[in-house]
Amino acid sequence: MPAKNLDEIIAEILDLAAQKFRVPRAELSPDDDFFKKLEIDSMQALDLLTGLERHFSIELPDYELAGVTDFRTLAERIQARVG
Amino acid sequence: MLDLRQYDSLGAALGDALDRFPDHVCLIEADRDRENHRLTYKQFRQQAMPVAFALEDLNFGAGSRAAILMSNQSKWLIAAYAILYRGGVFVPLDYKLGAQEHAELLAHSKAEVLFVEYHLWRMLQKAPGFPGLRLRAVFVTEAPEGADIGPARRWEDCLPVKEPTFVPRTRQDWAGIVYSSGTGGRPKGCILTHENYLEQCRSLTTWYPFWPGVRYLSILPTNHAIDFMVGFIGPFVCGAAVVHLRTLRPEYIRDAFPRFRITYASVVPLLLKNVERSLRARFDELPPMRRRILDSLIALNRALTRRRPHPRLSRLLLPQVHKAFGGQLLALIVGGAFTEPATLQFFYDLGIPVANGYGLTEASTAITVNDLKPFRADTVGKPLPGVEVRITNKTPDGVGEVEVRGKTVMAGYLDDPELTAETIVDGWLRTGDLGWFDPQGHLHLVGRKKNMIVTEGGKNVYPEDIERAFEDLPAKEFCIFAANSLWPTRSLGTGESLVMVVRPDGDAADGLRDEIATRNRRLADFKRVGGLLVWESDFPRTASLKIKRPELARQIAERVERSAVIEL
Repeated sequence: MPAKNLDEIIAEILDLAAQKFRVPRAELSPDDDFFKKLEIDSMQALDLLTGLERHFSIELPDYELAGVTDFRTLAERIQARVG
Repeated sequence: MLDLRQYDSLGAALGDALDRFPDHVCLIEADRDRENHRLTYKQFRQQAMPVAFALEDLNFGAGSRAAILMSNQSKWLIAAYAILYRGGVFVPLDYKLGAQEHAELLAHSKAEVLFVEYHLWRMLQKAPGFPGLRLRAVFVTEAPEGADIGPARRWEDCLPVKEPTFVPRTRQDWAGIVYSSGTGGRPKGCILTHENYLEQCRSLTTWYPFWPGVRYLSILPTNHAIDFMVGFIGPFVCGAAVVHLRTLRPEYIRDAFPRFRITYASVVPLLLKNVERSLRARFDELPPMRRRILDSLIALNRALTRRRPHPRLSRLLLPQVHKAFGGQLLALIVGGAFTEPATLQFFYDLGIPVANGYGLTEASTAITVNDLKPFRADTVGKPLPGVEVRITNKTPDGVGEVEVRGKTVMAGYLDDPELTAETIVDGWLRTGDLGWFDPQGHLHLVGRKKNMIVTEGGKNVYPEDIERAFEDLPAKEFCIFAANSLWPTRSLGTGESLVMVVRPDGDAADGLRDEIATRNRRLADFKRVGGLLVWESDFPRTASLKIKRPELARQIAERVERSAVIEL
């Protein structure tokens, strides 16, 4: 499978987040704080990560994402794992 | 357990514990369903000495400050012990804060050395405040092979060149600088002495003892004063073990209880509520007959444990529930924010006491704790042994400010003598919290001094007190304000003065009105909520999940007119 570029990964994260938390996709931007934009708490954020792990077939350790609050940085971490 | 009265410092007490229990397991670190490693006390010492030597090599000694910026893991405790061994002062930082906040706290604490996980280090280096930091050395853990870590050193490069020198300290010397988030405002650095920690540990373990064989599951961040005490100092001076789980996903936390046969765990109310929901859902799925049997057994357990917990009896009566928690659980410790009494009672009725209490970093964490003699869901417990608590400036109904005195009260706020002088007066710590004692000596908290509302009728009303009457409201979150505090041009009125700000769950706002009206009727007239304001954004919260009321009030006042309030 060819490596995905960052924009593709961001788009897939936004699609999944919009669907999971029923937020209009058009309202989400890469630099949004996902806690604020999706109105989610820390437990729901972990649920989002589990969804992303399944989608990208990777493991995202919680501690790698400590302090990450925006979609773009999240995508960068996923890209590093997707290879 | 070690007799902590004999020790002058945390470093000395921990050092003796490592020698006294050499072959007992002290740390187990797991990630999801994998166990990373487990260490005996002897191995812990072997891992800490090279780190202490690296500090000595930097001329890091008595009073030197080192910050720890890591998620819960074994190296957190190893770094802390190395700092204490060298007579240093540790500065635990909340890894959940943003990189710029980390930089600001590092600057404020004047830490010379930093222990940090690789991913947090990467983010910190990009923070605007990073270039101004004066760190002499940075030790990075978990850096991938070949990764660029800039001027930092790898944790693994700390080598056992020679035995480092132990630096003794006195009880009055500083042991840690711990930042309390408080409810709004700039974080404050609480200076905690060796005596503060040693005495807090003595009093807490009197009511909640540890012994070799006990396993504590560390979930709350270790920078949090509770986890530092019951997830490090307490278990270590008693020869017990700490289990670190490097994920907070509920499914793995759930599995960890039976897998590691956990005795104690500290949780935040949000997680406790999550577990409660999941258990209730499982109970609801039972066939009617089995459900009736379960309800009867829960009622029987409740009756038989009315005076005090009977763990063995509860395990016999409700084996399936206890099996899911590993069969060894003695108590859950809850901290960080308010916990609903109904949730506390739910767990107690299942035979799982939740040690709720009240504490402040300024008092080394716990001030009062539920002593379980008997369990009370409606209070925050009794003052711990050696901790004096008094209520000052009481109203006729006995409510006043909670003040604390004792050996667990901090030395002061770092570099803030004015705030220290305002907060500690004649040895009494002014908590800013309002409460009252009942005849059984249990403390009831009713709110923060700042959030108090005085109605037109001269009644004092505490928003947190009223919020408790609305617990389990079908909404994402809610908060109560005086209308006058949001829109000051309005005059106070006894019926319309209180506004509930609600973030609804879906389109349930209509149903909410009826529910609020029903619960209102149970309250004294001056405590009734007169208006409802639907608020779509999430509430600003502190790192410990408390609502930042002043910040939320400011946002509401800026964005919404009084006319948006739906009259009830």
